[in-house]
Amino acid sequence: MSFLRKRRGGADLAAMEGRHIGVDGLMTGLSFILLFIIVVIPIFMIVYNAFFYEGKFDLSLFTSVIFEKENLKAMGNTVIIALAVTVFGTIMGLFYAWLLGRSDIPAKGFMRALFTIPYMFPPFFGAMAWDLLFSGRAGYINRWLMSTFGLRQPPVNINSLGGIIFVECSYYFPFVFMQVVSALERMDPTLEESARIAGARQSQVIWKITLPLVKPAISAGALLILISSLAHFGVPSILGFSKNIYTLPTMIYALINKSGGSFEGIRQGTALSILLVAVVAIALVVQKYVLSSGSYDIIKGKSMRPTLIKLRGAKYPLLLLASLTLLVIVVVPLVMIFLVALVKAYGLPLTWANFSFSNYVKVFESPATMDSIKNSLFLSVTAGIVCMFLGVMIAYVINRIRPRGKGLLEILSILPYSIPGTVLAIGVILSWSGSLAGINLYNTIWIILVAYMARYLSFSMKSASASLQQVNASLEEASRACGATHTESLKDITLPLIKPAMVSGFFLIFLPAMRELTTSVLLYGPYSRTLGVQIFALRDAGMIPQASALASVAIVIIIVCNAIVTEITKDRKGA
Amino acid sequence: MAGIKFQNVSFAYGEKQILRDFSLSVEDAQIMCLLGPSGCGKTTLMRCLLGLNRPSSGEIWLGDRCLFSKERRINIPPERRGIGVVFQDYAVWPHMTVMENVCYPLKKQRLPKDEMEKKAKYALEQVRMGDYAPYLPSQLSGGQQQRVAIARALVSSDEVIVMDEPITNLDAKLREEMLAEIRQIQKNIGTTILYITHDQEASLQLCDKMAIMDASGALCQIGTDEDIILRPAERFVFEFIGVSNFFTLTRKSGNWCFFDREDMPYTGTVPAEFEAVGRVDMGVRPNGIVFDDAIAEGSPSPIRGTIRRSVFLGSEYNLFVDLNGQEVRVQRSAFTGTGGVQEGAEVGLTFLSPKFYPVKEAA
Repeated sequence: MSFLRKRRGGADLAAMEGRHIGVDGLMTGLSFILLFIIVVIPIFMIVYNAFFYEGKFDLSLFTSVIFEKENLKAMGNTVIIALAVTVFGTIMGLFYAWLLGRSDIPAKGFMRALFTIPYMFPPFFGAMAWDLLFSGRAGYINRWLMSTFGLRQPPVNINSLGGIIFVECSYYFPFVFMQVVSALERMDPTLEESARIAGARQSQVIWKITLPLVKPAISAGALLILISSLAHFGVPSILGFSKNIYTLPTMIYALINKSGGSFEGIRQGTALSILLVAVVAIALVVQKYVLSSGSYDIIKGKSMRPTLIKLRGAKYPLLLLASLTLLVIVVVPLVMIFLVALVKAYGLPLTWANFSFSNYVKVFESPATMDSIKNSLFLSVTAGIVCMFLGVMIAYVINRIRPRGKGLLEILSILPYSIPGTVLAIGVILSWSGSLAGINLYNTIWIILVAYMARYLSFSMKSASASLQQVNASLEEASRACGATHTESLKDITLPLIKPAMVSGFFLIFLPAMRELTTSVLLYGPYSRTLGVQIFALRDAGMIPQASALASVAIVIIIVCNAIVTEITKDRKGA
Repeated sequence: MAGIKFQNVSFAYGEKQILRDFSLSVEDAQIMCLLGPSGCGKTTLMRCLLGLNRPSSGEIWLGDRCLFSKERRINIPPERRGIGVVFQDYAVWPHMTVMENVCYPLKKQRLPKDEMEKKAKYALEQVRMGDYAPYLPSQLSGGQQQRVAIARALVSSDEVIVMDEPITNLDAKLREEMLAEIRQIQKNIGTTILYITHDQEASLQLCDKMAIMDASGALCQIGTDEDIILRPAERFVFEFIGVSNFFTLTRKSGNWCFFDREDMPYTGTVPAEFEAVGRVDMGVRPNGIVFDDAIAEGSPSPIRGTIRRSVFLGSEYNLFVDLNGQEVRVQRSAFTGTGGVQEGAEVGLTFLSPKFYPVKEAA
């Protein structure tokens, strides 16, 4: 800088004050550098390591890994599961969205709150619960059915593709449900009413008017399900490992785990990662053509009171169906986790005599478990705070400073969201295990933090971006004209105005990070287990009651944090 | 106290050139109204003055302070230019009370607290918002927010205040009061005001001088209000500052006549310089056309039209007169007794203080 200043000469008043770099330039540069480090390097390292070996272009590893029979099967499983989950999840989400959004079914508010619960909990908790009930001969319900009806074979086997699809469905249908409910709420009711007036029957209105209008919401939700399911690790790992059912993410984990973290294992994982990314990319492209998502202006931003469809005779049967669904997908898994957490040893009947709090005592006395809670808290809070500020900075650069390449900046910050967590973890391992500038973070908590930041940055960025668009640029300009420097304007005007978005951005990151499993299971070291990893490991070691106890603790933490978020957002609306 | 001087300022948004070598001086302690159609670059010019837009060439001076100079690489940051501003969308900070809003510039000037409060209170009194000091902007109407913005601009600078359409959201009566108030405040403290608007009535009430910009961002005319209204230099200025009727006159057999018709001659004088071209556009204001009973039916110069429609506007009538197929707008006072004329009646027309401009080529 000093060189530049000297060259420009003394007459340059502005340069003499160092205004050439200024706050804007600093933030723009920082945004690019940070996104380069957090996002570009890991992605580059994956591609490089998949196709280059010892500096030479080498396809042999890639082809040998891809055409291995087991890997092909894993790919097939991944696609089958994802497609089935998307289809069933979308149908289910759509049906209940319509039932709660457009019919006169009773207890709507209560049911709606329950339907969003699966959204809060990690699907692998559900997988654990269903495994307890229906796993082969050991599952509680299977045993009861077999003894009651004298069956030779367990009637239901949850450790199957069908089981995986069922559990994922019950956790992913809220994506479509929530999208469609909000679209239905914002839809102008006169659109449907005029169709009725024009002579259409109720059923024709649903097929010809309502459904086409909420199509964009359906396709957005379905896409979310598809991508999440393709990249999903928790459910197939818990339900599939025992029966050798693998998907791409779990296969990558198994490869790396088997090789004990050796470079060969990681390289194989890398090649599979490319395959997984390719599948996700194809899914994105296909969805773009199949379900082209237009947006309709007729969906107003305002909330309106729609005409409700009278269910008449079907009212109570449908209410029963909805309640049963809720019971099965929400209540049963939660209750199961809490009950098994109390039982003295796995397999004992669930009776009062067998209950005690000894599992909780064991959990809290174990230093490894307490460490995992501490680690997860540290990681979630740190990632939340860092991403909150980073997200605001990048959103500010994109929305206000608008430098050249702002499009690139936007893509880079959102990209990691559609990259499967497993793949991201491998990219982070390849980048920060000493191969670049000798920085070795492997086996430390910092490598997990880097991965979390890449994974969740887009959440806070989007939240801050939406809020900044509400804050008119002239507010900041007015404060400049009033004698505040750029930094002072940011501090006095812009930041206070987007504070609510920053707080919600923090929780948007804190909550999923608290229960994260997919990336941390590949990145943890002996001293950097996270809560998710610890539950997974306890269960893997056969200590199922302790795993359940810890899971129930996590559930309580999640519920408390959610309550706090709701309270905060409620306050904001009141002000 | 300082005047403003723009010298050859150019500015472009990407490919779109907004200002080209724009020069304008505002004298010290004057109110200059910058008038122009929307999208002509008024606001861009204001932003260049404030330091929010960086011109690609030229210089901007405030008194003897150079705020911007491309050549000398000077670009004073906005916060050190010392210019008060009222934005079109008020830009009152929604998270601060009215008092905090007005105190903010003073805080940045590092004034002692008691003096700060005194000054802020006085400014609020001047815009009649003294009772609203503890309110939040969300509790105020648009007009009240605008007045807070004006108070804030008043305390931020004694030298120069820039106002971008500051009174558009007030009702007619309050608007007049605010204009008078702004005028009075300016007289008291001698601030230079650059007032940006597309509303020529407001600027007539307020300004010492007016500058007219055309849609391409070029300065058309600068002068006192009387100059502009009575002696518009260009056809654009004439059309922009009020309703206008235009007639193309052609020269036939040594006479100027309407509609190429020798039986409809124009009897007034046309400047001699147009004789060579043989065609001229004549502009007349609606209240510059009077009904003349002397031009009776069958008289030698029958400039007679038929009244198609008459609209009563309170103090005057708006008449739409058909003259040989062209609709002519005429305004007559409602208080002279002869204002309302029967629709369908035929009247003779005489044109007062017409302006002559070269014929606009049909594009």
